[in-house]
Amino acid sequence: MTKLHDQISRRTVLGGGAALAATLAMPGVLRAQEPKSVKIGILQPVTGNLAQDGELGRTGAEYAIKAVNDAGGIPSLGGATLEMVFGDARSTPEGGTAEVERMQSEGVAGIVGGFASPICLASSQAAARYDLPYVVDVGVSDKIVQRDLSNTFRFGPGFGTCSKTAIENLVKLNEAAGKPARTVVLVHEDGLFGSGLAKLMATELPKYGFEIFETIAHPTPARDMSNVALRIRSLKPDLIIPSSYYGETVLLMRTLYQQRVRPMGYYSVLNGAASNMRFVKEFPEIANLDMDCNHWHDPRKEEAIQLKKAVEDAGGLWAYNIPLNYSCVKLLADAIDRAGSVEPKAINEALAASTFEGHVMPYGPTKFDKGQNTGAAPVSLQVQDETIKVIYPEEFADAKPVFPISG
Amino acid sequence: MYSPDIIIEALLNGLLTGAIYALVALGLTLVYGVLHIINFAHGALLAAAMFAVLLINQLFGVDPYVQIPFLTVIFFAVGYGLQRLIIGPASHGRDENILLVTLGLSIVIENLLLAGFGSDTRSLNTDYSFNVYEVGPYLLSQVRVFGAAGALVTAALLWLFLSRSDTGKAIRAVAREKIGASLQGIDVAHVYAVTFGLGCACLAVAACLLLPTFYVNPKIGSAFVLVAFTIVVLGGMGSIVGAMLGGLIIGVVESMSGLFLGESLGQIGIFVIFILTLLLRPTGLFGAKA
Repeated sequence: MTKLHDQISRRTVLGGGAALAATLAMPGVLRAQEPKSVKIGILQPVTGNLAQDGELGRTGAEYAIKAVNDAGGIPSLGGATLEMVFGDARSTPEGGTAEVERMQSEGVAGIVGGFASPICLASSQAAARYDLPYVVDVGVSDKIVQRDLSNTFRFGPGFGTCSKTAIENLVKLNEAAGKPARTVVLVHEDGLFGSGLAKLMATELPKYGFEIFETIAHPTPARDMSNVALRIRSLKPDLIIPSSYYGETVLLMRTLYQQRVRPMGYYSVLNGAASNMRFVKEFPEIANLDMDCNHWHDPRKEEAIQLKKAVEDAGGLWAYNIPLNYSCVKLLADAIDRAGSVEPKAINEALAASTFEGHVMPYGPTKFDKGQNTGAAPVSLQVQDETIKVIYPEEFADAKPVFPISG
Repeated sequence: MYSPDIIIEALLNGLLTGAIYALVALGLTLVYGVLHIINFAHGALLAAAMFAVLLINQLFGVDPYVQIPFLTVIFFAVGYGLQRLIIGPASHGRDENILLVTLGLSIVIENLLLAGFGSDTRSLNTDYSFNVYEVGPYLLSQVRVFGAAGALVTAALLWLFLSRSDTGKAIRAVAREKIGASLQGIDVAHVYAVTFGLGCACLAVAACLLLPTFYVNPKIGSAFVLVAFTIVVLGGMGSIVGAMLGGLIIGVVESMSGLFLGESLGQIGIFVIFILTLLLRPTGLFGAKA
């Protein structure tokens, strides 16, 4: 009986399969008219002040598109391949919105990128008019996900999460070393990003027993950091916390090094230099043991290691923009696959319900709450042996922190 | 309130930075004085010169200071060629055309740099980049002292050239009275090109002096050119001595206002001076009366 039951069961299954194939064949006729590729918009500032970051973001997106296509494209759309529609945001919000309009008219299924918060804010708003799915790659301003836009999703962590984690990790670091550091000087660029971060640090750090000696703002671009270095030299803080863009941070640290300022540590948050391999390569001595709390890939994931190797073998430099954009494009591809269509509404719903795990970031399970991935968090990094290592949280770490570095 | 040591060191820093500003302004003021145009491509040409220094250093390992003599000659030729072959012919003798042509040139140069070198911010590390002179309690950056000295020497040489040599005299003659000069047999087109070439040569020197302490990216020119323009206005448009003195004043003002008002507001001092100059002494410190 059991045997007979099995046979029937198998037949039923086979029959069911045949019926399914027949049903699929009908829409298959219709689907023959559908494009064999799905266009996705990649928006990055590749000219203007943010061009360096934009190029890195584009690199990550290109690798992801290639990875998705090599793995057979979008299965639910008959293996349709991803086709990149690239837009240069020209480092301005207006540049970003103009490109969103163009991408929409070219029929993209969704957009990934933006990099800077102002560009992400404006571009996702422009995309919202068409309900066009928009995945923010970096833009940390928390306003991005506080507007109840049903099309905007941020895969990475926001400003609040980043600064909270940064402070927690700093306190942990200091306590583990026997609380050697007590005094701090904050140096920040005077824009939205640097000022916001410095203000938060100045309120939060005293709660953990740190004394803020001084908060020094500087413009971008800064032509000279001698006076900032001069003041820091006279204050002799234990810790220096810079939040500036790449050029200024490098200039500051070079000047401080020259002025023989040797603090117990440099600890920055979302800084442009401390987690950029160019700095490590050009000034290994100065970058050594520099710490940063930032986005970074999961050093334990094989796919991340392979991606890093591929980028470096092609002569590129590794930075967080690459794995973030790589992951965001794969996230969108996964949503398109689950939606089984290129309809904006269906993709938005698929993104909102996403539990995507095929990314290369050190995040918990993907779960969007009002557009923000609640599983996202930054990690603390330190330059060790002329490369960048993860030191916190322990479960993702590939090195032990070295602190204090002097004094 | 800061201790006197900090104030004095900030003052010295201001002078060192100001000298480099002055050098960038020299080229701008010279071109204005003779051609009566603002060269909008000045910043982009500075960025190009800085990339040239970086490239030569990386390819052949030539020290930035050693590059000064031949890079100056190359950039003189570049400037001469630009004026003779592009700016001059394209302007059809109208000043507003020259303005637009130089603006167009700056866009082309910046984008060529972007295409050629990418958008990365790069720096050059030399053995002596981090050396300092200890003068009493002060630590003066060696490369910045070299930079300031180089800027002063360049200005002095330029001044000597303009006041003593025949070509210099021809340049001054064209600056004062173009038609009169051409009636005396001076080739005005040639003088224009020489002047533009000299402006670019100053940028080449500035680039060689800047790179050991500063970074470079295709947009870097804009960081210097606005300050340079203020210096030109303060010093008197077309005046070499004015540019030099103006540069030092602006450097000190920026440093002091940065120290007392905060680095972000350090810029305010520069623009207050700019407005005051326009209001109270439109000809600048050493400018000719209109």
